[in-house]
Amino acid sequence: MKTAEEIYNLLKEKFGESVIELKTDKPVDPFIIVDPITLDKICLFLRNENDLQFDSLMNLSGVDDANGTKEKDDIGLETIKGGTLSIFYHIESTKLKHKLTLKTSTSREKPEVVTVTDVWKGADWHEREAYDMYGIIFLNHPDLRRILMPYDWEFGYPLRKDYKNPEFYQGMKVPY
Amino acid sequence: MALKTEEMVLNMGPQHPSTHGVLRLELQLDGEIILNVTPHIGYLHRCFEKHAEAMSYPQVIPYTDRMDYLASMYNEFGYVVAMERLMKIEIPERVDYIRVIMGELQRIASHLVALGTYGADIGAFTPFLFCFRDRERILHLFEITCGARLLYNYIWIGGLSHDIHPDFIRLTKEFIKDFRPNVKELNELLSYNRIFIERTANVGVLPLDTAINYGVSGPNLRASGMKWDLRKDDPYSVYHKFDFDIPVGKGEKGKTGDCWDRYYVRVLEMEESLKIIEQAIEQIPEGDVTSAIPKRVKPPEGQIYTRVENPRGELGYFIISDGSLNPARVKVRAPSFVTMQVFPELCKGFMVADVVAILGSIDIVLGEIDR
Amino acid sequence: MGLLDQEFTEGNIVIAKTEDLFNWARLSSLWQVGFGLACCAIEMMATSASHYDFDRFGVIPRPSPRQSDVIIISGTVTLKMAIRVKRLYEQMPDPKYVISMGSCSNCGGPYWEHGYHVLKGVDRVIPVDVYVPGCPPRPEALLEGLLKLQEKIRNESIVKKSA
Repeated sequence: MKTAEEIYNLLKEKFGESVIELKTDKPVDPFIIVDPITLDKICLFLRNENDLQFDSLMNLSGVDDANGTKEKDDIGLETIKGGTLSIFYHIESTKLKHKLTLKTSTSREKPEVVTVTDVWKGADWHEREAYDMYGIIFLNHPDLRRILMPYDWEFGYPLRKDYKNPEFYQGMKVPY
Repeated sequence: MALKTEEMVLNMGPQHPSTHGVLRLELQLDGEIILNVTPHIGYLHRCFEKHAEAMSYPQVIPYTDRMDYLASMYNEFGYVVAMERLMKIEIPERVDYIRVIMGELQRIASHLVALGTYGADIGAFTPFLFCFRDRERILHLFEITCGARLLYNYIWIGGLSHDIHPDFIRLTKEFIKDFRPNVKELNELLSYNRIFIERTANVGVLPLDTAINYGVSGPNLRASGMKWDLRKDDPYSVYHKFDFDIPVGKGEKGKTGDCWDRYYVRVLEMEESLKIIEQAIEQIPEGDVTSAIPKRVKPPEGQIYTRVENPRGELGYFIISDGSLNPARVKVRAPSFVTMQVFPELCKGFMVADVVAILGSIDIVLGEIDR
Repeated sequence: MGLLDQEFTEGNIVIAKTEDLFNWARLSSLWQVGFGLACCAIEMMATSASHYDFDRFGVIPRPSPRQSDVIIISGTVTLKMAIRVKRLYEQMPDPKYVISMGSCSNCGGPYWEHGYHVLKGVDRVIPVDVYVPGCPPRPEALLEGLLKLQEKIRNESIVKKSA
């Protein structure tokens, strides 16, 4: 069983720049912030290393940090410019019984993160859902398309904080 | 002279008697043999996560009920355990015991629906009626406690909404006494039936390393041979005080991890739940169930990921709080979402009728997949 | 009912209006499309089980819409599903009836405010005959909805077509 600090030190000596920092100040779980483009090499190391053996991805979730500037565009709708979108990864080891939380952040205008489907095949649909709800593009994903919304939904990404509902969709009135 | 054959695409549409809800399966067939299955989901996407960001923390609980509507007590349980760990609330012990009793009764009710509808999919209608007869007794127990049959809003942050009815313990003991012989009856009707075994043994085998790589959990993982149960491996509430066994698939009628194993693990789990309920009824202490409920729920800034053992697997809640009265993000990791991913691998090489058998054995609920 | 509880003493001849005869035949064997969407579907399954029997009213679940008279929309209708519900309704042959079960299909239910993908009431795509309130409605409430539908059919007329 390893704690988050020990794993952070192991990753820092192997990957240096890509592993950014370890945050332990807020409750409850400590998490490690990593770089979004070299993420898959870090995850492959986490899965294959003998001391760590993280063989199961529990959860992958996109988050809208909403830390940009709010401004009103021409029609008067409020949008958020700048800021970041983040993804949290929760992984665990069924053999050594320890858990870890990772976080990456990308810019809101051009959100790109490399996929981890080569490491854990279960990440496939989780990443499709993050793309569907937030618009985060996963590089090298085998099949990135919408999964919960209709395939021809062109009114944006629903879980972003500045999402607005359309009036009609294929002849049906959407608001109450 | 060989016949020229073509592939055909068959659509098992959103309205189908055996798809357990609104699921669309696109089957690519070569005659009767399946080459590939593509599931299409999203027909029941009810925007739970957007509602959670707009409501206050206690107002989210009725919405969590409606995600996995066959195991509503467990959805509430998972959310409340996550919130209590984030806010560091100490709850009275009586609350924990009542939550465990309700959770285990809910597990039996959910497994009864799974087994009954699985029998109906295979073609046997009588076990469906027997299972629903027993389920009505459990729903009666829930009804005298909180007034609702299916969606309860009973487990609140810091306690419960009502204390249990004075007759509850006596009626539960009667239910356990009447239910034990019914499990044996179900076994004679369905589990050891020759036709059932022919249809489910060696069909849809899930190897163990594939299951772990995809993140499968719950009875589906236990049927593939691994002894992994969150009630013992990552305990929450008072499960560490009870003595119960974890049934594992052994490949009795075919390979380990086939449909029959997944079905039989659920039958054995119902018996283990009865043991837990009996021990909990003996040990339940006195106390006040509403004393620790906070007047305003305002957790500190931070984030937490907690998981509980749903009847279908590992249900995880990831909650981010920014210090205000509404959550900033609630993400639900549903076990059926993950199991649906591995479904195309299970079906390769089998026939169209086996798709129905495999889909019934993995026990999905569409409300959870689509949230 | 007045038709069958009289003794046939001589001749075995029953005199009734054709309208009464047709209406009685239609309301006593309403076959439903097996169409369960969400939580209300579980209560519909419980109504068909042995505790609150649906079969004693003549209601049998049929797998195909082309062989049924009534469709019970039980559960939330989303925008993705609404197109398919409309197609199913058009595939049913006349005379057909619709029972909307539960608050989600009546008016959007608990998802009315922020549901970007929920259709606020199934009557935005198909015409509804009976609304059964509840979340989910008890089996007794669904049986009362069925009895109200039977009441409505009893008063139909083949000369004056309803909407």
